[in-house]
Amino acid sequence: MSAKTQSPVGSEAIELKGWLAAHKYLLLRRTTQLLFLALFLIGPWFGIWWVKGNLAASMTLDILPLADPLMLLQSALAGHWPEQTALVGALIVAVTYALIGGRVYCSWVCPINIVTDASHWLHDRLGLPKGWQPKANTRYFMLTAILIASAMTGTLAFELVNPITMLHRGLVFGLGFAWTFVIGIFLFDVLLARRGWCSHLCPVGAFYGLLGSKALLRVSATDRAACDDCMDCFAVCPEMHVITPALRGRSEDTPIILSRDCTNCGRCIDVCSVSVFQFTHRFDQRPSPGRTSGKSKLAHKATEAA
Amino acid sequence: MSTNAKKPANPDRRRFLTEVARGSAGCALAGMGLAWLAKEAQALPATAIRPPGALAEEAFLAACVRCGLCVRDCPYDTLTLAELGRDAAATGTPFFTARTIPCEMCDDIPCVVACPTGALDPALDVIDDADMGVAVLIDEEHCLNALGLRCDVCYRVCPLIDEAITLEQSHNARSGHHAIFMPTVHADKCTGCGKCEKSCVLPGESAIRVLPTRLARVEPAEHYRLGWENREKIVDELIDLPDRLPGPGTDNLKAPGGFEQEFKPTFSLPQGSKGQ
Ligand code: SF4
Ligand code: SF4
Ligand code: SF4
Ligand code: SF4
Ligand code: SF4
Repeated sequence: MSAKTQSPVGSEAIELKGWLAAHKYLLLRRTTQLLFLALFLIGPWFGIWWVKGNLAASMTLDILPLADPLMLLQSALAGHWPEQTALVGALIVAVTYALIGGRVYCSWVCPINIVTDASHWLHDRLGLPKGWQPKANTRYFMLTAILIASAMTGTLAFELVNPITMLHRGLVFGLGFAWTFVIGIFLFDVLLARRGWCSHLCPVGAFYGLLGSKALLRVSATDRAACDDCMDCFAVCPEMHVITPALRGRSEDTPIILSRDCTNCGRCIDVCSVSVFQFTHRFDQRPSPGRTSGKSKLAHKATEAA
Repeated sequence: MSTNAKKPANPDRRRFLTEVARGSAGCALAGMGLAWLAKEAQALPATAIRPPGALAEEAFLAACVRCGLCVRDCPYDTLTLAELGRDAAATGTPFFTARTIPCEMCDDIPCVVACPTGALDPALDVIDDADMGVAVLIDEEHCLNALGLRCDVCYRVCPLIDEAITLEQSHNARSGHHAIFMPTVHADKCTGCGKCEKSCVLPGESAIRVLPTRLARVEPAEHYRLGWENREKIVDELIDLPDRLPGPGTDNLKAPGGFEQEFKPTFSLPQGSKGQ
């Protein structure tokens, strides 16, 4: 991490494509995050009750029920079989995310994502060390833990500490000390572990990841031969390990990012100045030549340097 | 693990096992922390009353996803979701405080209709059957009616007037020529809506309060027979025990229930000892 080559991530893309194009998906993402929040807030704030409830369960326009499948799973394990409305709602949500990618929830809907993105930004600005990095699959242990705890205590165990529902419920219904949990996550990500919560620990992300493991919508390194090893996508990706197999693969390997950890945030598409990435579907068969071996060596050097 | 002591075990497998061990340990820790918190959160304060149709507290905590749809559809803003650190009910679950806003006992029970999970039991379709809690006249020393005055406000506002709450007349011994109209709650009819608690005229807290049923009611004494309720014979062949009469000979089997002149008790107290 020497200062010499450090130009801000995405600066090349901004130069080549323009600021707007280089932030396209980020802007879209923030828009949908705020839009979802706004839909829940125009009720209590302006009396426009299009959507009632919160992310745990909601009712849209008095006909469309939605419910968080993980909530109902906890509930079922705690010993309650939910009524039909909630089941239908959970089914709609589950099918949607199974198609578009489970972790789309993480990057396009979840309000905590704004918080952890902010911590990541601050983390970068302060140039802090990445800190404690638990294994990326620690989240599955967390998921197991909350499910077992729910079954054992007969209550929705994770709801006692879940910062996502606490923040969302807090915003929609009025905030008590839920702030402390949100600030806790923020500080945890800044000071203790870079991208610690969303990319390593969050059991909700783990659940949605599993839900969308076979999702249709995928990002693909279609034009990977053009990659000039600027490493910007790695720097910007919250789950950078998902990029390597697709981007660095050989011609016969698929360029599609198949890892369930990919959040479909599209930031890799944004920051790539040579437009390597694009959204596509899982069965896209277009050939995508890998890179020449010479470039690969360079890539290795770059990885070591980084 | 490995049969060959010299060769290190497959490093991948070893790493995997370490990882699983570590993960499970962390998982157990996290789970235990959560379980402890869950235990803490199960104490529902007496002033927090659950909405109509709420399942028994334990089942309710398993069922309610804390979505607040019941809160939204209550036309009287009766319900609130418990906030972390501010209200003592489990975070995010709905409750109401009768003294602030009681339940108005809507005929169509919109809160129950709104609940998507069944935490508020959809089988409740007559609001009079709701069982949110039980009103208890908690401070007889300050209740105006109990003091012999006529206030009656709690009685009058009760949606189930003369069923859930009645005024029981009794002689006012203090004045000698007035009556006391004691507000008396009948737990089997009281819905726990809290309208009485809300409207009690006393400043500050109410003399009559809705308590969760678990606090207001106890197990009946099954081993006692209430004569005024059980008039039928207890045993088919009822044994006719001798009736007791004053005077000696009450345990005289020669003349059951009667008195016999020449009867001598088989046992008498030693001389000189006179009773106690
Ligand atoms: S690979 Fe791209 S779309 Fe997927 S998480 Fe990383 S930056 Fe986002
Ligand atoms: S019965 Fe009516 S007033 Fe009572 S909690 Fe339900 S919606 Fe509110
Ligand atoms: S509507 Fe049902 S699940 Fe939602 S907060 Fe109310 S009781 Fe809980
Ligand atoms: S809580 Fe009070 S007002 Fe409501 S039903 Fe019971 S006695 Fe009547
Ligand atoms: S309203 Fe209060 S003071 Fe009046 S009779 Fe009822 S409990 Fe007593």
